[in-house]
Amino acid sequence: MADDEEIILSELSDEDLVLQMHDDLYDGMKDEIEEAVNILIERGWTPYDILTKALVAGMTIVGNDFRDGILFVPEVLLAANAMKSGMVILKPLLVETGAPRMGKMVIGTVKGDIHDIGKNLVAMMMEGAGFEVVDLGINNAVEKYLEALETEKPDILGMSALLTTTMPYMKVVIDTLKEKGIRDDYIVLVGGAPLNDEFGRAIGADAYCRDAAVAVETAKVHVARRHNRMSA
Amino acid sequence: MTLDDRILSDEGLAPRGEGRLRLIACGALAHEILALKRANGWDHLDLQCLPAKLHLRPEKIVEAVEAAVRAAGGAQVFVVYADCGTGGALQQKCKELGVEMVEGPHCYSFFEGNAAFAAHAEDEFTAFYLTDFLVRQFDAFVWRPMGLDRHPELRDMYFGHYTKLVYQAQTEDPALDAKAQDCAARLGLAYERRFTGYGDLTDALRTAAGS
Repeated sequence: MADDEEIILSELSDEDLVLQMHDDLYDGMKDEIEEAVNILIERGWTPYDILTKALVAGMTIVGNDFRDGILFVPEVLLAANAMKSGMVILKPLLVETGAPRMGKMVIGTVKGDIHDIGKNLVAMMMEGAGFEVVDLGINNAVEKYLEALETEKPDILGMSALLTTTMPYMKVVIDTLKEKGIRDDYIVLVGGAPLNDEFGRAIGADAYCRDAAVAVETAKVHVARRHNRMSA
Repeated sequence: MTLDDRILSDEGLAPRGEGRLRLIACGALAHEILALKRANGWDHLDLQCLPAKLHLRPEKIVEAVEAAVRAAGGAQVFVVYADCGTGGALQQKCKELGVEMVEGPHCYSFFEGNAAFAAHAEDEFTAFYLTDFLVRQFDAFVWRPMGLDRHPELRDMYFGHYTKLVYQAQTEDPALDAKAQDCAARLGLAYERRFTGYGDLTDALRTAAGS
């Protein structure tokens, strides 16, 4: 039966291989993704094209199906693991070959919150979209954010919280930035399951991002707007 | 009345249609509410439970509670949910509907007592909590929805930053204690048993029952 035939990745055309990679990402098949990335490198693809056309495009399908309730968290995590394994191969090559740089982001979960699945997905997709990401990890007090903003000088500050008890801490961070007169030096994006647009507006963030794909698009729009303003 | 946890998880519990105060509650609290009702002789309370599985999609809790309150047709109602991950939306909805609800962020907090829970929240944010109901229903509420039955390799992505499992015991039950210990082992976490009884739930229901 055709369905039982083993697919030999190296025998597929470039176009079919990329489509197969989208399927393999969807199914969280880490080994197959690593193999396919190496095949495309051998065929002379640029690391940037492999990243965007195969990995990011595939992960976007996963993200859309998660948003639409077709996929659930375990499947998204498996897909993310598969994408990550591809990115491990590509990252050093991207540094060597150069890729468009969209901007820089500092990201972390807020104080008292150890839930980093969403934050990790955002960080990965932002990197995939060409942003440099400085990941502060979990449980970040305002001092930690301030220190990172000072040393890294990012365009974007991203904060994440899963708990209704920890999400108000985002306002503490934003209010501190205001007190120090540096709030407008950064684009502040917030995310996490219990948040919404209204909360984002109420605490003074630039935007609430409901998922990783929205975070990437929102970041691109705000960074472009910022550059336009600075060059005007 | 014999309660089936699987039915409380998936379907909830229909009201009996008698008693002057309707309790609209999370299915995960049915055992505790009925125990308090029996112990205190609150015969005028009529318990209705919504499926406990709503907790897997907290954004659905508000609309489910609203529908149940409206379906109660003007009967006096008390909502036995805390905020439960709704980000204040449930409290706002209850206010709009003119009904009272339990105070606190979630059942882990009110079982322990909201004040006591808040007092150690900063030191214990790496704890994963289970109640009696959640210990009994660990596979249905934790293991399977997280895909750990199919992909155990995901465990540390979910629980890597947790340090211990705290079993908040509502009752003295050595079998549940043993099961909770096993849950901790499966998650790779240290284990702590903490007897809470019914905590602030008792006072919340007493106030509602007396009103």
